[in-house]
Amino acid sequence: MYCLPILGILARRYRIGAEQMPGNVGDPSISRRELLRRIGQGAGAAVLYQSMTALGLAGESDYSGAIDLGAAPRDASVLILGAGMAGLVAAYELGRAGYKVKVLEYNERAGGRSWTLRGGDEYTELGGFRQRCEFDPGFYINPGPWRLPYHHHGMLDYAKRFKVALEPFVQTNFNAFVHSSKAFGGKPQRFRHIHADYHGHVADLLAKATNRGALDADVTREDREKLLESLRAWGVLDKDYRYRMSQQTSDTRGYDVDPGGGLGSVPKLSSPIELRDLLQSGLWSYLTTPLDYDLNPSLLQPVGGMDRIAQAIYREVAQNVQFGARVVGIDQDDHGVSVRYVDTKRGDTPLVAKADWCLCTIPLSILSQIELKVGAAMHDAIRAVMYLGSVKIGLQFKRRFWEEDDRIYGGITYTDLPIQQIAYPSMGQNTSGKGVLLGAYAWGNSAFEFTAMTPEQRVRKAVEFGAQIHPQYPVEFENGVAVAWHRSPFTLGCFALWLDDVRAQHYENLCRIDGRIALAGEHASRLPAWQEGAVLSSLDAIRRIHARAIAKAGAA
Amino acid sequence: MKMYTHALIRRGLALAALALAAASAADEPPPMSPPGTFNDFGRFVAQDGATLFRSVCQGCHMPDARGAQGAAAYPALAGNPRLASATYTATTVALGRGNMPPFSFMMTDEQVATVVNYVRTHFDNHYDDAITAADVHGLRPQDKP
Repeated sequence: MYCLPILGILARRYRIGAEQMPGNVGDPSISRRELLRRIGQGAGAAVLYQSMTALGLAGESDYSGAIDLGAAPRDASVLILGAGMAGLVAAYELGRAGYKVKVLEYNERAGGRSWTLRGGDEYTELGGFRQRCEFDPGFYINPGPWRLPYHHHGMLDYAKRFKVALEPFVQTNFNAFVHSSKAFGGKPQRFRHIHADYHGHVADLLAKATNRGALDADVTREDREKLLESLRAWGVLDKDYRYRMSQQTSDTRGYDVDPGGGLGSVPKLSSPIELRDLLQSGLWSYLTTPLDYDLNPSLLQPVGGMDRIAQAIYREVAQNVQFGARVVGIDQDDHGVSVRYVDTKRGDTPLVAKADWCLCTIPLSILSQIELKVGAAMHDAIRAVMYLGSVKIGLQFKRRFWEEDDRIYGGITYTDLPIQQIAYPSMGQNTSGKGVLLGAYAWGNSAFEFTAMTPEQRVRKAVEFGAQIHPQYPVEFENGVAVAWHRSPFTLGCFALWLDDVRAQHYENLCRIDGRIALAGEHASRLPAWQEGAVLSSLDAIRRIHARAIAKAGAA
Repeated sequence: MKMYTHALIRRGLALAALALAAASAADEPPPMSPPGTFNDFGRFVAQDGATLFRSVCQGCHMPDARGAQGAAAYPALAGNPRLASATYTATTVALGRGNMPPFSFMMTDEQVATVVNYVRTHFDNHYDDAITAADVHGLRPQDKP
C-alpha cells in the first residue's frame, strides 16, 4: 500500500513463519477457483498470499515524466470523487490544462490512505472507537503507505515538483532481528548471522557437491574452477572449501567481542550457527526480503510523514476540494454526469454536483454500495474484488532502546508473532530521548484478529508481543495508536486484492471509461496497494478523459 | 463521529445511527468485548462460535453485530433476514461475497459451521437449523487439479 507492498510477495515479505509455507512456492499464478480448491485441501493462508505474488511482479513504473494534456475544451468540467493521491493528481493536472475541477472528499482532510498520524490527531474508526494520538511533537506513524521504491517514478516526480523533502527509508538492517517463537528458544537472531551462515553453509554444500563430481554433467571443467572460486568468496569458505569459524567469517557475521583500541578489547570470533539449526529455524525465509524489487535499496520517505506529498498537491487545488461529502449516487447521460452527495456535517437532503466528466477514485469497497449508472461490465468488476485488511500500531517509548541497547538504526525486525514486524524509525537516529517505532504491521489472520479488538487492546497486545523481542518494552512504553484498515470509515479495507482470474475477467472493464465516468486509484492499477498505482492510474484515466473531451468538442 | 451520527438520525437511517450512537453516546467508551485469540501460524485456534466471532467477525460487523456505517456500510448480522438461510450464511463466510474476503482459507469446515451456527442463534437471530461441517465442506469447490 500502499500499505504495502503487499502484494507482492506477501508470502516472502509478510511471512507468518516458515512453517506456513507449503512446498508450492514458485507458483505465482493462481485463479480464484484454484485458490478455493487448494483451500479445500487445507493448504491454508500461505496459498492466499502466494496468489498475490504475481501482483508484485509488476515491472518498473511506466511513468514518463510530467503529463502535458494540452488545453482543455472551452468550459469543460470534471468532477473528481476522492481526494487521495489519484484524485489530487487528477485535480492538479486537469486544472493545469484548463478544466473546471471540483473534488468531493468524504474525510475532513485530503490524502486518503496517504496519511500520517501525529500527536494531537484524533481518529474515530468504524464502530465509534475513538483514539487520540499522544505522540510527542515531531513523532508520527504512517498508517498507510510509508515508503517509496526508487522505481516509483511518478511519486518521486511529484515529490520533486512540489518540493517535498525526502530522506532514506531504511528497509534492510543487518543488525535488526529475525525471530521465530519456535526456534533458538524464542531468542531473536541478528539478520547478519542468519545471512552469513546460510550463505556459508550453502556454499560449503555446493562446493562439496562440485568437488565430488556431482555437478560434472552441468558444469564444464573450467567453469568448475570459477564456481569453486566464487563459492569460496560468496560463502566465506576456508582453503578446504569449508564454512568454519575464522577471522574471515567474523568479518562478515560480526564478532562476539568487537576489536578495541590501545589496550582495549581483543576481538573474540563468533561461532556460526549449525546448518541443521539454521534450516529447522525457518529464519532463512526472511533473507529474500531485500531482494524484492519493491524493497530493494534505496527506498525513500518524505521527511516528517508520508502525507507531505498529498498535502503539497492539495495546497495547489484546495479551493476546489469539498470535505465531508459522502457520495450516494452517480448518474450520467449523453450530456454530463450528476453526482448526489450528502454533506456529512449538515446531513440534510442530498446535494447535487454536475460536470461534463467524472473521475471516480472511490475504493471499490465503498463504490460497490453507491448507486452508479454504468454498464454491467464495470458494475460487475466493481463487485468482483475483495478488500484485504492490515493493521499498523505505533508505539512511543521513553528512550530509543533499540538504538542505545540493541544498536538497531532503522530497518525492520521480522517475527512469526502476530505483530509480524517491528519497524524502527529512519528519522532522528542516534539522538537522546524518546522515540516512536512501528510495533506491528500485521496481515492475514493476525490482521483480522487485531482488527476485532479495541484500539487499546491492540496496543496492549503489541507491547506484550514485542516484549518477547525487546524486553525493554514494558518499562519504556508510553503510549500507542492502532489503525486497523478494515475499520477505516473511508475505505472499509486496506487495498483491492486482485486474484489472477478476477483480473483477467474484470480489470479492463474496470479501467475502461463508461460513457463519461472513469475510475482510478490503486484498485485500477497493476501496482495494487502502492501510491504509484494510484498516480499511474489517475494519469492514464485523465489522458483518456481528455481525449474524449477533445473528440466531443471537435464533433460539436 | 457524533456529528455524523446526528446526521444519520436526521436522515432516518435509524439502524446505522443506533449502532454509532451506542458507540459514541455521551463520550462513553464503546463496549469492550473480551479479545478473542491469536492464530497459530495461519490457523484460527478457537473452536467455538463465540470466540471465533470475537476474534474475527466483529472486526467488521462490530461487537454487537449491528454492522457499521462510514462512507459505506458493513451489514448488521443482528436481526438480518438473510441469515435465515444457513447455506447463504456459510457460503458468505467460506467463499466471501463482493468485497468481503473468503475465510475458508484460514478456517476449517468445523470452524465455519460453528461460527455460522453461533451468529444464527445470537444477536436477535433465532434460526435453529444448524449447519454441519460436512455441509460446509460441500460448499467448497471439489474439482481436481
